[in-house]
Amino acid sequence: MDMKKEEHLDLYHQMVLIRLLEEQAAVLYQQGKIGGFLHLYIGQEAVSTGLISARKPQDRVITAYRDHGVAINCGLSANEVMAELLGKATGCSKGKGGSMHMADVKKNFWGGHAIVGAHLPLASGLALGDLYQGTDGVTICMFGDGATNIGYFHEAVNLSKVWKLPVLWVCENNEYGMGTTVERASAVSEIRQKAEGYGIPNGRVDGMNVMEVRQASLDALAHIRGGNGPYFMEVNTYRFRGHSMGDPERYRTQDEVHCWQESDPIGIYHNYLTGEKIASKEELDALDVQVEQEIQAAVQFAENSPEPAPEALFQDIYYEGERE
Amino acid sequence: MARITMREAISQALWEEMERDPKVFILGEEVGVWGGTYAVTKGFYDHFGAERVRDTPIAEAAIIGGAIGAALTGLRPVAELMTINFAFSAMDHIVNEAAKLHYMFGGQFVLPMVIRTVGGGGRQLGATHSQTPDAVFAHFPGLKVVAPGTPEDAKGMLKSAIRSNDPVMFIEHATLYQVRGEVPDGDYTVPLGVSKVQRPGRDVTIVTYSKMLEISTKAAEILAKDGIEAEIVDLRSLRPLDMGPVLESFKKTNRAVIVEEGWRSFGVGSEIAARIYEEAFDYVDAPVRRVAQKEVPLPYNRTLEQMALPQVEDVVQAVKEVL
Ligand SMILES: Cc1ncc(C[n+]2csc(CCOP(=O)(O)OP(=O)(O)O)c2C)c(N)n1
Ligand SMILES: [Mg+2]
Repeated sequence: MDMKKEEHLDLYHQMVLIRLLEEQAAVLYQQGKIGGFLHLYIGQEAVSTGLISARKPQDRVITAYRDHGVAINCGLSANEVMAELLGKATGCSKGKGGSMHMADVKKNFWGGHAIVGAHLPLASGLALGDLYQGTDGVTICMFGDGATNIGYFHEAVNLSKVWKLPVLWVCENNEYGMGTTVERASAVSEIRQKAEGYGIPNGRVDGMNVMEVRQASLDALAHIRGGNGPYFMEVNTYRFRGHSMGDPERYRTQDEVHCWQESDPIGIYHNYLTGEKIASKEELDALDVQVEQEIQAAVQFAENSPEPAPEALFQDIYYEGERE
Repeated sequence: MARITMREAISQALWEEMERDPKVFILGEEVGVWGGTYAVTKGFYDHFGAERVRDTPIAEAAIIGGAIGAALTGLRPVAELMTINFAFSAMDHIVNEAAKLHYMFGGQFVLPMVIRTVGGGGRQLGATHSQTPDAVFAHFPGLKVVAPGTPEDAKGMLKSAIRSNDPVMFIEHATLYQVRGEVPDGDYTVPLGVSKVQRPGRDVTIVTYSKMLEISTKAAEILAKDGIEAEIVDLRSLRPLDMGPVLESFKKTNRAVIVEEGWRSFGVGSEIAARIYEEAFDYVDAPVRRVAQKEVPLPYNRTLEQMALPQVEDVVQAVKEVL
């Protein structure tokens, strides 16, 4: 893989940023500064980092509620993500969306959607928009294993094939939908087989290895951009934390979690970078320290940011044109 | 009499009905191994087993459609929709199947089923996860829609719902599970479709239900300090709707405030106000007031969310306006 050192360091930086941002978010949640649901991406960082590193600026990204990492990979700043978590006016959704509903259309990040599977048909529509208007953008749609059991999934995936839509379907198989294992909820536990049923070319990737995810994504995007219609990628991964905060985790053992933590995606990448002599341990340590500072700055930014004005309650219910 | 939480009341009703009738079973997301996302079915999986406490895939249409099918064979499914916001993913089966089958096939199809679900805002869950669309479901004849506001009613009405031979949507409130109240000992039921005076008063009638019963009761306590005695009528069921106690109270007080958590337009308050004007026009001494949610999708930010939800002060204010 032809990557410059800076590009590698950038990916490493993104993964650590997601990890530390979310660890900090968990603390802020315990302090009551973040409310609602908070679904952490910890353990899955290599998936969206590798995937989104392969996209071109014209490629759209849409995902479910486990969206902080995806937001960071799409280029949203830690500041605006943290501010959104704290419900501040400076957040990417102006404090109205919260953890589950982040987006930045300018960065081609189309959200954060909290109804399981509901964003898949939207992805088909985004792709239709590009196909119709003759751009060469691809829509990257991320969703969980659990989402492949709801009707929306099947309708959207079928449509993408019938209309040859430029969509990259990315199923993040983290073994569970809340507390239900894939085996207990899905007729096939190799999720990519579902794409098989719709005649969509597909593949399976190790989601703990950012380089593998990136390569598979580059290949898939090239395939789609070649006018071949959709592609389906199953990425095998694992979430280290509970489904959301306050998950009693009665459905899995701590042994199982520890076992997966052996293949921590950041650790794997760290070893790769040092093993291949792309970066030294000291360089990476320095980056870790830098990220810690960035997170502290983001928390400060978010805490010092204003609450949305009371008028904001009635703004953006309908299109109001440009507003300062 | 025992003093238990709403969660315990609902849990007990389910447990006792499952013990009583082997045809009763539960299906839904995370009802089994997890023990229910609101811990209502904690311990059920171990006691009743996987056959009767069925974890489903994330597939709301299949949960409700499947419950309908099973009910048609004579079983009594209690289908759980994790929250009412996900009921929209099963809308066709709720509206076009459950609410229609008995009538459309001339009474041949019998659907003894319950849809247990949870609504309400106030937990910073954002626009998609905080709705109170009770009125939407109450719109459809053929469906029974109930939303109790006390542990006693919750337990008794859930038992009635499970024993009923019609599809019943049983709507709980996410912020009421910890609320405590007295519950009669032993097996008892509370009928569906019967409103109840929860607090007697002579000056004004407050009509409400579910979470807003709590808000209205607090408002009534504040008003009482000013010598204003509000009578609170708890609808408990939206369909069938029992206007008896509402009209009786109104004919005495001649003033009404309706308090609901959902949006004002086309809401529960609209229906109650219209019925008061239709059925007790001669008794109207002041325009009926409605207290409801501001007409916006609920925002995440805590302050904005609370601004949008009906508050105790809003009820106090509305009462003062009709006096
Ligand atoms: C239609 C719908 N049903 C149920 C839920 C509640 N819910 C939120 S996340 C989730 C599990 C999703 O699992 P999966 O798709 O595997 O994603 P993961 O959480 O593992 O990332 C459920 C059941 C929902 N948000 N939407
Ligand atoms: Mg999953």
